[in-house]
Amino acid sequence: MSDTDTQLFASSLAAIDVPLTRTDTAGFASTIDSLVTGPAVGVPLHLDGVSLDDTVVQTPPTPRLLREAETGVTGVGHAIAEHGTLVIDSDDAGTEPVSLYPPTHLAVVRESDILPDVASATDSVGERFAAGKSSIFATGVSSTGDMGALVKGVHGPKHVEVVLLTDQ
Amino acid sequence: MSAQSERRRKARKLRELLDAEGDAVYENVTHLNQGRYDAIERFDEFETLRTEARSIKEDAVENLPSLIETLRESVEENGGSVYVADDADDATRYIREVAEAKDARTLVKSKSMTTEEIELNESLEAAGVDVWETDLGEFVLQVADESPSHIVGPSLHKSREEVAALFNDVFDPEVPFETAEELTEFARDYLGDRIREADIGMTGANFVLADSGTITIVTNEGNARKSAVTPDTHIAVTGVEKILPSAADLDPFVNLISRAATGQDISQYVSMLTPPVETPTIDFENPDEPLGSGDAEREFHLVLIDNGRLAMRDDDQLRETLYCIRCGACANSCGNFQHVGGHAFGGETYTGGIATGWEAGVEGLDSAAEFNDLCTGCSRCVNACPVKIDIPWINTVVRDRLNGEATPSDLEFLVEGLTPDAEGTVTPQKRLFGNFGTLARLGSATAPLSNWVADLGPVRTLMDRYLGVAPDRELPTFQRETLVDWFDSRRPRAPNATATRKVVLYPDAYTNYVLVDRGKAAVRTLEALGAHVELATPIESGRAPLSQGMVDTATRQAEAVASDLAPYLDSSFDVVVVEPSDLAMMRREYGKLLDDETHARLSEHSYDVMEYVFGLLSNGADPAALAAPDEPVAYHSHCQQRTLGVETYTEAVLDDLGFDVVTSDVECCGMAGSFGYKSEYYELSMDVGAELADQFADASDRVVVASGTSCTEQLTDLLARDVTHPVELVAPDEAP
Repeated sequence: MSDTDTQLFASSLAAIDVPLTRTDTAGFASTIDSLVTGPAVGVPLHLDGVSLDDTVVQTPPTPRLLREAETGVTGVGHAIAEHGTLVIDSDDAGTEPVSLYPPTHLAVVRESDILPDVASATDSVGERFAAGKSSIFATGVSSTGDMGALVKGVHGPKHVEVVLLTDQ
Repeated sequence: MSAQSERRRKARKLRELLDAEGDAVYENVTHLNQGRYDAIERFDEFETLRTEARSIKEDAVENLPSLIETLRESVEENGGSVYVADDADDATRYIREVAEAKDARTLVKSKSMTTEEIELNESLEAAGVDVWETDLGEFVLQVADESPSHIVGPSLHKSREEVAALFNDVFDPEVPFETAEELTEFARDYLGDRIREADIGMTGANFVLADSGTITIVTNEGNARKSAVTPDTHIAVTGVEKILPSAADLDPFVNLISRAATGQDISQYVSMLTPPVETPTIDFENPDEPLGSGDAEREFHLVLIDNGRLAMRDDDQLRETLYCIRCGACANSCGNFQHVGGHAFGGETYTGGIATGWEAGVEGLDSAAEFNDLCTGCSRCVNACPVKIDIPWINTVVRDRLNGEATPSDLEFLVEGLTPDAEGTVTPQKRLFGNFGTLARLGSATAPLSNWVADLGPVRTLMDRYLGVAPDRELPTFQRETLVDWFDSRRPRAPNATATRKVVLYPDAYTNYVLVDRGKAAVRTLEALGAHVELATPIESGRAPLSQGMVDTATRQAEAVASDLAPYLDSSFDVVVVEPSDLAMMRREYGKLLDDETHARLSEHSYDVMEYVFGLLSNGADPAALAAPDEPVAYHSHCQQRTLGVETYTEAVLDDLGFDVVTSDVECCGMAGSFGYKSEYYELSMDVGAELADQFADASDRVVVASGTSCTEQLTDLLARDVTHPVELVAPDEAP
């Protein structure tokens, strides 16, 4: 992570219409509450000093919440500055379906987790694969051109938002 | 079926597809193609990563047997199963058995051409499993009961209006669907239900990592993610060639595939799943229990398909087909494909230029035979392919093999005077066009009689019937005085004999026998700029037979040209070529026909005539020796010239000399050597050419110039105007 990477990440997100909200550990819970459209479902974040327990977001995820939630809140493993990509690390808490099913995905990104490019991200996920784990590079919203025009929001989220923890 | 009725059948099929699907195909495919150009324009690493990706694929295919074993160990260690299926029947049997063991009633799929190849849906449906395609394009085709027309956009031959009409008819909604949003929303909800109730989720794979068992799937919709993790059982079906050693190899492919395919810098989702995945099972029948709280366990099967691929690996010519990452760039960059789509330019499963390799390899030569001729060898796909596959060469090789299977014709005597070529069985039509040099020599020797006879109505009818020469196409007019005759008749014979720049001009068959003026203009221009010019022997380059798949004849001619030019190269002559398709032979295709050293030397010392003029001017030759601009110009460069990247010199020379130039940007004029002459392809050729005519519609006050013979002929027919070569614009008048 460098200031340049953060700036590039921010401009890449802007280019793909993904809103970015900066906050810090102290302001995290109120920021989340101000951003989510309920009902919201989430997975535990495992981040220092922040928790969804202090927010309106419901955990743990259930099938009903996956179907009915308007917003899914997850952490990410990393982010890729050059494309505004979120590296979603699958886990046994359900980060993958929570980032996928609800119409809005709200991703919590630590500034220290921003990587410059795809090459640095494939290096990092390689270690996860060796341990039998899975990751998704998710960039922007789910979309299709198959119905004769570009439409956003198909099998995945129609809106993606990023909350950037600037002190982590 | 007679040869003529077979040609008429092909022409009718093309006409029907042009009418029914041409507009939607053109709009979508040219949009993807432009997206690719734009994405690569802003991506500096494209060439470096292409080289890297090519090298990784070469090594991976070379090491395929050991990679398969490494992958098997990885997947089994993760708790999954690997099955290597010899062929389609073997694969579908295994998958049916998995479905039966799970007592599966429904299966959801993400997009997979490989499952189309093995006709899996039909097999599963026959076994009582409901199969649902979750990619919206594939879903449209499933509802319409049609086959894919494009590797990446399987339903792009259908307009929004057609999809709406189809869905309104099949699903009968209360309020009829109209917009793409309404259609997408309906399909998402409908397929969402199918995914939640499915017993098995099936995906393909873009890349499979041997050392970890990770499946990489590139999508925009998110359906592969959902299909893979929602049901407890995941089956991934993919060709054995998709295996890469490890995650360290992914970077170039992730960077290339979306740019090449759709012009996106990266796709929405690059899913890298190491199944069975950690994601907890999701039981929608117990909606309020936390995920993973049931006792279900995840199960994973990786089905690797051979189905001819390992034989392709042993085939020196078809092997590079296995490097294909299925991006569709070869289809999108192809003039013919842009107009007629994959239902014509495709086989049982695969579509576009690379389909010839795939179909020949997995289905057999017959499947490639139907559409192989639609590759004109224009080579626009060559620079588009992210793994540098020589797609025109694969098409040529397959055409050569198909020639070998042709039944000897009763009409052979019609083209007997053109033999002996080196091929055994070739259709009379291919033999006619493949021996153009001989034809041109005879035509010139007997001109103008040959031209009058050839233009007679009854003769054209017979040529159409027996040789497949389109009756509406203007035939070349052979000149009695060849370029060689003219050159030999000039006095003095050797201007600039002491010049440092010595040029041997290659008199290709068109320049020597038909478009003689451009040859004279080339000689005068080069001499005016101070070069000493000699003419090589008029030997065909091999382009004509190569375009007909007559590789042996082409090789023989290439060897003769190389022998003829060798003494000139020994004496430090540069080879200058007027016809771009012949320059492309020397620079590109001779690499396949001649030994490396001969090819390298010829390639290094051969130049497009305007490229050479540019070089002479850059090195201090006096531009005042050339003709001054008097008219504005509309310029169409040649497809193979653009692949070589030398068309820029023509534009630069004309600009520097003060010409006002507009240039076209279509991929190909549609003529493509003999293609536009053939009865069965004439209408498609004119349809492709219409795009070029449109670009020059406002150029009626400009003189039209084209670098290639084919483009010259096509533009002459399309615009009903005289078309010349750029060198004729700049050439000074002959000294009195």
